[in-house]
Formats: sequence, C-alpha cells, structure tokens
Amino acid sequence: MQWGVGTLSQPLRIAIVGSGPAGLSAASRAAKLGLSHILLEKTDHLSDTIFKYQKGKHVMATPSQLVLRSDVDFAAGKRESVLDTWDIQTEANKVNVRRNAEVKAISGKKGDFTLELTNGDVVKAENVILAIGTQGNPNMLRCPGFDLPHIQYQLDDPGEYIDEHISVIGGGDAGIENALGLAADPEQRNTVTIVNRGPEFSTAKDANVKALLAAQEAGRIIVRANTTPSNVEPGFITFDTADGEVRVKCDRIIARMGSAPPRKFVESCGVEFASEDRVSYPKLTPTFETTSPGIFVIGALAGYPLIKHCMNQGHDVVEFINGNTDLKPADEPILEAKFRDLPGKRSVDEWLEFLRSNIVILNDLSPLQMREFMLDSEARAYRKGETIFVRNDPGSSLFGIASGSVLVQVDPADPNITVQIETGLIVGEVGLISGRRRGATVIAAEDSICVEVSRSAALKLQSSVPAAKRAIERISTERQLLQMFGSGLKSEDLKEVLDGYEILTISAGKPIITEGEEGDDIYVIRQGSMVVEKAVGGKPVFLNYLPAGSYVGEMALIAGGLRTATVRAAIKSEVIKLQGPAFRKLLAAKPQLLDKLQKDMASRQDINAFIEARKDSFSGVVDMYSNVANFLVENGIGEATDVLLIDENLCVGCDNCEKACADSHDGLSRLDREAGRTYAHLHVPTSCRHCEHPHCMADCPPNAIHRGPDGEVFIDDTCIGCGNCQRNCPYKVIRMDSVPPKKPGLLSWLLFGKGPGPGEPSKAWSYANKDPAEEKPKKAIKCDMCSGLEGGPACVRACPTGAAIRVAPEQFLTVARLEREDR
Amino acid sequence: MASEAPRRAMQTGRVRSDGAHDGFLRHNNFQWLKVGASVSLAAILAYLLIDVQPRPNGGSWYGYVLGTVGAGLIVWLTLLGLRKRVMTPGAWSLKAWTSAHVYLGLSLIVIATLHTGFQFGWNVHTLAYVLMMFVILSGIFGVSAYATLPRAMSANRDEMTEAQMLESLRAIDRQLHDAAQPLELRQAELVRSSLEQDPFGGSLWQRLSGNYPDCETRAAQAAVRTENAYKPKLGNDPLEKIDGLLARKEAMLARVRRHLRLKALLEIWLYVHVPLTFALLAALFAHIISVFFYW
Repeated sequence: MQWGVGTLSQPLRIAIVGSGPAGLSAASRAAKLGLSHILLEKTDHLSDTIFKYQKGKHVMATPSQLVLRSDVDFAAGKRESVLDTWDIQTEANKVNVRRNAEVKAISGKKGDFTLELTNGDVVKAENVILAIGTQGNPNMLRCPGFDLPHIQYQLDDPGEYIDEHISVIGGGDAGIENALGLAADPEQRNTVTIVNRGPEFSTAKDANVKALLAAQEAGRIIVRANTTPSNVEPGFITFDTADGEVRVKCDRIIARMGSAPPRKFVESCGVEFASEDRVSYPKLTPTFETTSPGIFVIGALAGYPLIKHCMNQGHDVVEFINGNTDLKPADEPILEAKFRDLPGKRSVDEWLEFLRSNIVILNDLSPLQMREFMLDSEARAYRKGETIFVRNDPGSSLFGIASGSVLVQVDPADPNITVQIETGLIVGEVGLISGRRRGATVIAAEDSICVEVSRSAALKLQSSVPAAKRAIERISTERQLLQMFGSGLKSEDLKEVLDGYEILTISAGKPIITEGEEGDDIYVIRQGSMVVEKAVGGKPVFLNYLPAGSYVGEMALIAGGLRTATVRAAIKSEVIKLQGPAFRKLLAAKPQLLDKLQKDMASRQDINAFIEARKDSFSGVVDMYSNVANFLVENGIGEATDVLLIDENLCVGCDNCEKACADSHDGLSRLDREAGRTYAHLHVPTSCRHCEHPHCMADCPPNAIHRGPDGEVFIDDTCIGCGNCQRNCPYKVIRMDSVPPKKPGLLSWLLFGKGPGPGEPSKAWSYANKDPAEEKPKKAIKCDMCSGLEGGPACVRACPTGAAIRVAPEQFLTVARLEREDR
Repeated sequence: MASEAPRRAMQTGRVRSDGAHDGFLRHNNFQWLKVGASVSLAAILAYLLIDVQPRPNGGSWYGYVLGTVGAGLIVWLTLLGLRKRVMTPGAWSLKAWTSAHVYLGLSLIVIATLHTGFQFGWNVHTLAYVLMMFVILSGIFGVSAYATLPRAMSANRDEMTEAQMLESLRAIDRQLHDAAQPLELRQAELVRSSLEQDPFGGSLWQRLSGNYPDCETRAAQAAVRTENAYKPKLGNDPLEKIDGLLARKEAMLARVRRHLRLKALLEIWLYVHVPLTFALLAALFAHIISVFFYW
C-alpha cells in the first residue's frame, strides 16, 4: 500500500517527524499495522545523527537487559551495518518516507493537524509524533547575511579545504578542534581565524586551549577574543571587536556555537516543558502524549538518548495511538523483577504509585519519570532490625522510606543511641553529597520498604524536580550537623542555627577564612576539601587538610579574637556557613557540644604551636613539607580519595607496576608511571585518584561508572566506548582500548620465549595474534584499585623497592608526617 | 582533625599505608636484616662450638645442615625472578620479598663459607662457591645502585618521559634540517653529520660511562661556534640559528645520555647476576650429585 500526503478530506493517521531510531521504529510499526502515515526527514538520508558518526564507529546496544521491541532490527555493530539494516528494513516494511522534508510549523488540534514544510508543501495528519532528537539543532548565526551558503555548521573533513580564508565562530571544544584541524597542515595554506565571544575559552578543555594558544604562537591560527561577527557578505566577514569593527577576507564560515533541544519549535506546537532549565524536556503522559493532545514526543527529545529506548518508544507510541492502551512498556519485565520480592501483591503501576505518593521527594514526578527513575533504583523490603547500611561502608546512594521507619545509630560507641526517621523521609544523603563513606549504621525500626536511589538517579531527580533538591539539601544539612557534632544534639536544637544557614560554592584557591580577620561564623565542608595555612615569615605554611565532612572556624568563636589561620578551597568546594551568634547560643545551651569543640580545638592549637615552635629551627623541613603539600593539592589530590604516588628516591624505573597492572586486568595497564608531575622526588603518575565526585561519571550514557565497595571508581561491562569519560577526566587517566588476545603462559615465555612476556603486549603483537572472527570494541579502561583482587592494588604489591604507595590525602597531608620525619 | 573521620577505617582486609613508607632496605623496621643477621650469627656460633672431627667439613652432619640450608636458600632466592612476574592474588608484597632476598642472600656468604669448612680446591665444589660469591657481589653492586641512582635519574628526568625526550630530539633535528637549507655546502655537511649520526650508538662502555668522544653534534657545534665567534651578530644569519639549535640539541643529548647511563647502570648488573645464578644452579647441582655419587 502506498500512502499519500494526506489531504483536507482525508488526513493521515500519523505524521512522524524525524527518522532517527525512534522515528524509524514508529513509522515501521505504523506501516506494519496498516495505518496511514508519513515519515518526514529533513536531510536526504535516514537517521542523520548516526549517519554523522565517524566512519566505522562501533554502535553499542545498551542497556543490555532491555528487550528490543521494534519492527526494525538493531544490534551492536559498525555504524555502516546498522544504517544498512535500517535502510533495507525501512524499505521492506513499506514505510512511507519523505526525504528533504523539513517541518516549519505544526498547527491545528488532535484529529486535524497541519504540518507546513519549508518547501511550502503541507501535510495533514490526525496525530503527530515528534522524534527530532536534539542534535539537528545547532545554534545559528544571527547577524545580517546569516543565510549565505558559505556558512556551515559542521566540518566533516578538514583536509577538504585548501587556500581558503576560514573563520571558525565559537570557542568551545568543537570550534577549537575544527580550527586546529583546518590549520594542522601548512600545505593546505588556509588562513584560519577563530572567534570567541568572551575573553577566555572557559568552556573548552584545557588541552584544547593549550593547543590553540600554541598554534596562535606559531602563527598558524588567528585568535580573536571578545569578538562577535556583525555582518557576513560573500568573501568578507565583519567582526565587532573590543576596538571597533574589523572587516576581513573570509571564504568560509564554520559556526560551532553549540546545539540545544529545539525548544522554540516544540513550544510553538503548543507543547509545554517540565521546567525553564536549559536541559529540560517536554511534559509527557505515560503514553508519550504532550500537553497538546495528539502530539507525541519520543526519543532523545523526550529525554531518552539511548537507541534501544528510542526504538521501543517508537513501537509503543504507535500502538498507543492505535488504541492499544493495555500495552505495557518494554521495561515492564525489569520493573516487575524489581518489585517481585516485595511483600503484598501489587502491579507495577500500583507499586510505582505507592512509592511516588509515600516518599516526599518523589511526589512531583510524572508516571513516566517515575518509571525511568525506578529503572536506576531498587525497592527493598527490610525486616525489623535488619541492617540497611553500615557505618564506614562506601556508598553514594540515597534511601527513601516508603513505609515503616528506620533507626540511625548516631553514636559509634553505643548502638543503642538512635534517631528514628519516619515514613516519607530519606536517609543516606551524606554519602550522596560528599561522595565519602557512610557516617552511621542504619537499621529498620519495623518492617519497612525503602527505595535505594543510585547517585545518578538522585542527581537526575534533583535537576528535574527543584522541590526534591531543596528537601534533600535541608535534610542533609541538618543531618550532617547532627552527625558531625553528635553530643546528644536533636534536630529541634538545630532549628535556629539552620534557619540562617547558607550553602556557598567556593572556587578553588579562594579563602573562606583569612588569618588575622574578624569573624565568628562556622563553616562545614559539604563537598570538596580545604587546606589550612598559616603565614610564617611571610610565607604560607601548610597546616592541615580538611576533607568533606569537617568543620572549621570554631577557634575564633570559642576563644574569641581574630582568625588564627587561613582556610582556602583546595578544589571547587561547597560549604555550609552557620551564623556565629546562633551557634554561640547553641553552645551555651549544650555544654556537651562545647566540650567536644574545645577538645577538637585543642588538637588544632597543638598543630599551630608545633609549627610556631619549629619555624626557626626546622624552617627547611616545614617549608619542604608545605611545598610538597601544595604541589599535591595542585595536582588534584584535594579531590582524590585514594591516589598512587611514587617516591622517586626509590623508583628504579623497572615498570613492574605497569606490568603487574596489565597482568591483573586483561593485559591492559591502567597507569603510566613515567608521565605526570614530580616535586621533590614525589611523583604523581598518570593514574586514577578515585575522586570524591568523579568527573568521569558526569556524562556516561549507559551509566556504567560506579563507586565500588572499597571506594574505587570503576567502569562496568556496559561501557559503550563513547569516550565521554576520557574527555571529562581532568587527569587524563582513562584510555580507550580493546582487550588484547590472551598471552601464552609465563613458563612458555620463560622457557621457550613464546608470547610477549609479562606486561601489556605491544600493539603489533596484539594485532598479529588477534582472532579475526572476533570484533573487540574499544572500551574505556581505568584503574579499579584491583577491586575483588585479594591483596589489594597490584601496582603496590609488585613494586620491588617500595617506591609505589597508595594513600588517602587526609592521611598523607598531616603534620603527623612532619613530626615523624623530624624524628 | 575535626570530624571523627569515620571513613578512615577500611574493612575489607586491605592493607593501607599510613602515609609513611619505607624502601626495601628498611622494610618493616629492618625485619629481614635482623633475620639474616641472627641466622649468620647462629651459624658462626654453632661452627665455633661444635667440634667436628677430624676437621670442619661439608660432609659432616653440621656441614650437611649448612649445605641443605644454603642450597634451599639459593633455590628460594632464584624464585624472586618468578615471584616478580607472576601476578597472583594474595597479600604478598614484592618489596618484602626483595628485602628478604637482599638480607638472606647476604647471609649466604656466612652459611656457604662455613659449609666449605675452608676447604678450597680446583674442583666443581669450589666452582659452585666462587660462582655464588660472584652472584652475591653483583647483587651488592645492584643494591648500591638501587639505593643511590633513582634520585639522580628523577632529577635528570625533570618530569619528562623517555619518549618525550626522544621526541624533542627529533623536533630539534627537524628544525636543524629546515634551518640548514640556506647554508653553503661545507657548513651543511657539519649539520648533516650531526643529523646522520645515531647519537646513542656506540659501545657498552660509552653507554655506561656517558662519554661519547665521537659525538658529531658536539664537533659540529664547536665548528659552527668557531665560525660564528668572529662574525658580527646581525640577527639574520642562518648560521646563528644553527648555532642555537645545535647547542639545544647538545644539551638535550646530554640529558638523554645521562638518562640512558643511569638506566643502564640500574640494569647492567642483572646481566651478570641472573646468568651467573643459572651457572651457579648448574654447578650446585653438579656439586650435590658428585658428593653423593662419590660418597
């Protein structure tokens, strides 16, 4: 059957906008069901986003537990084979595709929509499915001449252009990489200019900025900062610079100014978004219907960037439109399995509703968000007295109590001192916020049902539901104070202190307390870490390192007087500022608390006195220690939880650490001993520091990066090899590589010289010995602290001289070390 | 520290350093030095106290005890090479092994010497003893190298990796090549000689001593400098640029050669230590067989 365009008398049942995985799958379903439909694609090929992947890229199929429900096949494989499959099956399914059809506007209402195309054509349809993703919407130039043909928003092959004057607009990573690519080969004789709106390249990665500045120095690229294009004409471009307008020769403009969800277009169709946030998505019903009835949104635009999700939604949404409202989503079996062990027979929908309505922070979620939320979370039933988590366990998840209540054992010495937390509230938020170990043991006070929310799900929740963010913040602040101060404090006691609290973000290097100034506020470090310094002889001497979960500022409050030391952020940190007067009142009411603070203060005063006493006789040692501490903090130790250091007084360069690492992990080494910074023979090799808040976790599409039981940050098997984590890591400790073939045993190497021997095999050997039948995709590889390996990290165990050590910063950066070396 | 820092404790049985660390020589407060010294002392005392008739001899009962201990130690000490390369799980530390290897290896001097009963001759028995002493001597050299050279290597490296050093040499070479284009033939020949020579080729002795008397770069630099010295500095003479580049290359070459020299010194003794160990094992085997064969 061949469908037309839809006429006034006979509109089509469904118009699908966008032919990515979601749109293709929807159109195929419509074709299979015999519904009149049209698939509108802006470009001349299907699935533009994947089409633009680089040649030969391995496309992965995650999450692996999700079943694919679509009339189009999809399996992990090369970009080309995925696209071929789709082209062939779209044809075979007799999908009515219209290429080069960009939709300009959608008007009308359910049953009678009019889609206007940019070429003037009109499509009539009863229902519209928007599956346009977020990639096809680059930010455009807005100056006169913006529509000239020599402006492009993408650069496929920088080698194509020769002898041209090219202006790259936009100082983000894409712009810088394009500019560098165009100027890389002097033989091309291009004159490349890069234009940045601000004074600095703040959004770009450091390495890119350095490469750009080097290229500028070498005269290969012209960099114009504080500049915007003001007029484009053939052959020339005019810039608005700090010193006025400049008109320069320009044959080609490459604009890389970012992309955004095409919100304006979507909103013009009458669809509302969940919030004003830049990354916000349209509000949707469980059947993907927007606030404008008859318009449905699926795929990346609905907030689901993974291909399998998109394809399933395409299938489902057409079923829904066709009246099959009983259809369960494809994730139903996963959710069923999650709820199977809970007491009480309820359907998945009933459970979702039960959890949503009972747990305060989940109240504002839509049913669809709730489904997605539960995919990343676990529901658990606990018997009375059962342990939920134990003090000092690593864990960054949050627990919401859906029924029953729990007891928090606030005093490590006496498990009978507990605080009860009721239904609807949350526990475990300290681990979520500080990224460090659990501060207390929590047990069930009665038979209870809790939802364990993974860190990523909790972060998503906070960004999509502002009320949840506020609730978590207040509760967590209160709890952190209760737990830190102990001393029989109750939440009522803290009310006044909490009424005046502020959460401040402190950028790296900025002080919160300055020596010699007045002030009596108390600061609690919520995230990040601080260093305490004292000026001795005009130079700052490192006194102490404070990880998240410590407080500072009590000395001036208790003893009065001026601040005795400077406290500044080692890395970007968050602190809770508590008002001095309110806190003083609390101290007056709680002598136990005063007592505790005085004890802590005494030990800090000891350190001050120690430094003071030695500043003359041991100034060399103190200086050295201070410099080493500062060097380590500069190298990111401030956010590390466990870091590999090499004492180059002992390192003989045998690289046995690297070999041991490779032999313990599929033949790939996760550390580069030689590279990295060194100070006073203390070397920080290129190796994971297991940051408190790992940068690598920030943007992992399959959510494959986790924090494990020993505090290690590791990547699991669901890695899709996208490389986001590698790019996000500021310490460059993640590499992308495929597992080499298995080596012959050690004895056959020792006795007969078979194979490459211990350590990572050379690329040549791996290539020569690989199994041609097996395609091993490149995945992200990083240190996992040898988790699960008895004996601990192989690098340290295998060091013959004791040069390699692993330390936590708060253990390493203490004056105790200084006293020891002083001995 | 302010908070009670509850997260410090580790539960999973992992050993965490307390931030302080010791090298293999000081490992665990000189544990293996103490063990090695006590074993040696006990062996000497026993040697003095036990009156073996007709005279101290490897074939006496005490001689057998020392011989068995010594042979066992030699085999165990050899196994360090295996231990280093087999990354099995478990709470072992190669540093502890190295520490024990050093001190127990040194105690062998006492044990084996007493085992001989000071009877030496031109035979396979004495051959085994002499080989063992050479192994130990090379080991002592190794320990002293390990104790002194890493610091120098770290200072010389100055945060550069070996690959980066070689790459920067190549970069200088490329610049030299470009800068030499406008030169006249005689001068270009000087640059060419620097470019064409393999700066690290040469004898093992050169590698170990760090002296490269035939270095073409140095010769070229000296020659160019002599020519330049009497010319006015105009700032546009290609030879001035060459002068600067050659000086940079020479400095970088010196660094790489120092690096290679230190690396070679850290490794060279193993080329004596390990093969001699295998020779020792063979001689030891022959020694044991022959003793029992002629018994």
